Amino acid sequence: MAALLARYAECIFWLARYMERAENLARILDVNETFARDSYGATNWVTIVRLNADEKRFFELYPTASAKNVLNFYILDQQNPTSIIAAVSSARENARQLRPLISTEMWAQINVFYNKLLAWGPNDIAPQNIQRQCAFIKEACQTHTGITEGTFFRDQGWYFYNLGRNLERADQTTRVLDIKYHTLLPSPRDVGTPVDISQWNSLLRSAAGYHAFRRVYPRGLTPAAVAGFLLFNDNFPRSVMVCMREVDSLLNRLNSKYRLRRGTLPLERSDELLGSLASQTIEAVIAGGLHEYLDRLQLSFSSLTSDIAQAFFHADQPATMTA
Amino acid sequence: MARRAWGALLSGSGNGVDHLLSTYNANGFYDELFGNAAKPASHSLSVQERLRQLDFDDLRRRASDAERELYNLGITFLVYSDAKAVDRILPFDVIPRIISAKEWAHLEAGVQQRIAALNLFLHDVYHDQKILKDGIIPAELVLGNANYREQMRGIDLPFNTYIHIMGVDLVRDHDGTFRVLEDNGRVPSGVSYVVENRHMMQRAFPDLMGDIGLRSVDNYGVKLLEAMCEIAPPRPEGVDGDPQVVLLSPGAYNSAYFEHIFLAREMGVPLVEGRDLIVENDKVYMKTTGGLRRVDSIYRRIGDDFLDPLAFNPDSMLGVPGIFEAYRKGNVALANAIGTGVADDKAVYAYVPRMIKYYLGEDAIIPNVETHICREPDALKFTLDNLDKLVVKPVGEAGGYGITIGPRASKAELEECRAKLLEDPANYISQPMVPLSVCPTLTEDGIEPRHVDLRPFAITARNTWVLPGGLTRVALKKGTLIVNSSQGGGSKDTWVLTEGPTEEPALESALVDPFQSQSQSQ
Repeated sequence: MAALLARYAECIFWLARYMERAENLARILDVNETFARDSYGATNWVTIVRLNADEKRFFELYPTASAKNVLNFYILDQQNPTSIIAAVSSARENARQLRPLISTEMWAQINVFYNKLLAWGPNDIAPQNIQRQCAFIKEACQTHTGITEGTFFRDQGWYFYNLGRNLERADQTTRVLDIKYHTLLPSPRDVGTPVDISQWNSLLRSAAGYHAFRRVYPRGLTPAAVAGFLLFNDNFPRSVMVCMREVDSLLNRLNSKYRLRRGTLPLERSDELLGSLASQTIEAVIAGGLHEYLDRLQLSFSSLTSDIAQAFFHADQPATMTA
Repeated sequence: MARRAWGALLSGSGNGVDHLLSTYNANGFYDELFGNAAKPASHSLSVQERLRQLDFDDLRRRASDAERELYNLGITFLVYSDAKAVDRILPFDVIPRIISAKEWAHLEAGVQQRIAALNLFLHDVYHDQKILKDGIIPAELVLGNANYREQMRGIDLPFNTYIHIMGVDLVRDHDGTFRVLEDNGRVPSGVSYVVENRHMMQRAFPDLMGDIGLRSVDNYGVKLLEAMCEIAPPRPEGVDGDPQVVLLSPGAYNSAYFEHIFLAREMGVPLVEGRDLIVENDKVYMKTTGGLRRVDSIYRRIGDDFLDPLAFNPDSMLGVPGIFEAYRKGNVALANAIGTGVADDKAVYAYVPRMIKYYLGEDAIIPNVETHICREPDALKFTLDNLDKLVVKPVGEAGGYGITIGPRASKAELEECRAKLLEDPANYISQPMVPLSVCPTLTEDGIEPRHVDLRPFAITARNTWVLPGGLTRVALKKGTLIVNSSQGGGSKDTWVLTEGPTEEPALESALVDPFQSQSQSQ
């Protein structure tokens, strides 16, 4: 069985994560265009800065949280490690390391995508153009996904790629949900109003989940139903449940098919996480605080990532016993 | 041949390539597409004819598409400016350089002969040193050479091969004679451009190359892997499968990284960096997702100095501590061998014809450029007396640096050169200025002659195989003779033709090669 260099495994895992992240950042910005409007139609872009806990870094670079500044910070600012261009640049650097492994088409598409973003100026990300540009970024990321699906060799590397993609996607879904439920907590007078409903609509649409949601809940749209759908639905490709089921099965197959004996620890973690997702209900989650629940999920994704790194990317070092 | 048609030059009409080629003038240099009056290039007639039928705007458009594609595909090297790494392409000229079957047979034999002599020389200087004892080459030139590795004394290598991968720089003088300008026996680069240039031409100009008996350059990777497996140490009893071959690169920020990727992909082997390897009990391992895995054969693109901080440069962060000891014990193969730099030194180069005579009893099939070794008093005197007519080269430098071109130099530059020569004559050789051949090249102003050289590549394990093609480097700046990419050079596709129109299948397919069971797929 062909061996996979540990460094390649790490790069391919992060390549997938950064591309998925870029797509989701574009989705969040796209949604925020709608969310940032209050019931009077005014926009408040500082919320998205707050959501990402980026206030300190942001205000060191920009005097005000104008639409123009916030969009520049999150799309084109190379100094901001959480910008789209930084994600695509990191994806490209990983792809550069991986060029011996990935298809030429995968590399060429990322290379062209990055150079295109690099050539964008302030006008390209002006608020009136933002939906079109976010659509472009989403589509470039999806093109990457398609090229990868169609050209990437299906051995170990493929498993690490999909581990990265699904972990990142699960993580990003919790973040999109958090925008609505945490920072933009509806004021009591807005609940159930047209503004509130339209924001939930937008949230679903940003995750390309509106129609899927309608198939499951044809007649109503409640905040709890939307949150439950994004977290626990068994069939929606961006739900945390579907992503984690995929992660668990990938880890399983790495253990059995490739006999990576050190993969046991991450597999145990992921089994545990999957078990707890399956036994949850959205009602219980909301009762205990949705934001707190999302926080805990994000922490468990992060420790699963460390376990994967420890087991596969640093396999030459002795395994340390982590809690 | 420069075509007459001076009238057409003045008429200024026509937008076809035909018109431009009709007014083309090689200015008395040997021309790679047309030959010269004494030797018109009949083998290229069909390509000449096809070129003439192209529309010039179309040619230009296809050329710029080709360059953009090179950029998009990342067939680039990194250049550092303002502390930022920028991707640059090696400029590519679309008008091919064409070599006849007869010319190629001569070059192939010459390259094989030269490599045979250089490998015999290396084995000799690292064993009995007969050639030094017999006074053919001054002992201090070899033993005092910075690239001579005393650590290699007495080490036996498979097939006594030291230079597994070789690039020979050839130039062609005014009467069309090929001459060796320089040997590259350490870590020769450029072969990826040979193959990628061909791919580019196949996409952009299928109409030029169809049906002309063009020899394929596609199986370089297969041949390289075959050689890497041939030199691998025998596997222990009971261990099945092919040897584990890897390509060792300094990493993604090396300017030749694209070539490393290219070769690893063509061979189907992992591209590793020093940090991916580890030596335990004098055996080399790579770090994989499943733990350590034994490595048998390494195509290394890292110079001797940086290979092993324990044996050579202690400050190297690129290498693998302990790898030399593993190599010395025969537990891992390295290509090229350590210490080959003493054979491709510019001063040793001058002795290669005598070396060929000494070891093989033959005359050099491809002659050297006439070379004066300034450590020899007569040669020094001749050089000093003719400074304004000669090219003076320091022996240690690469990449066209430190060269004084007499006919182009100012008085002050000549005096500076004279002073350096007198101070350290042994550090210099001198050569007449070779009137490098030219090839029609697309320029801002149309199609003009530009000087070219040729670097064929050869792979040697048990036997030597020469890739039917080579890197044609072209000096894009008008009048300049220096073709190095670091000095504004570009490249062209090199077309080696078969004897008859269809005598030999154009594709020397990898599929018919018995060696195809390499199992690693990374």
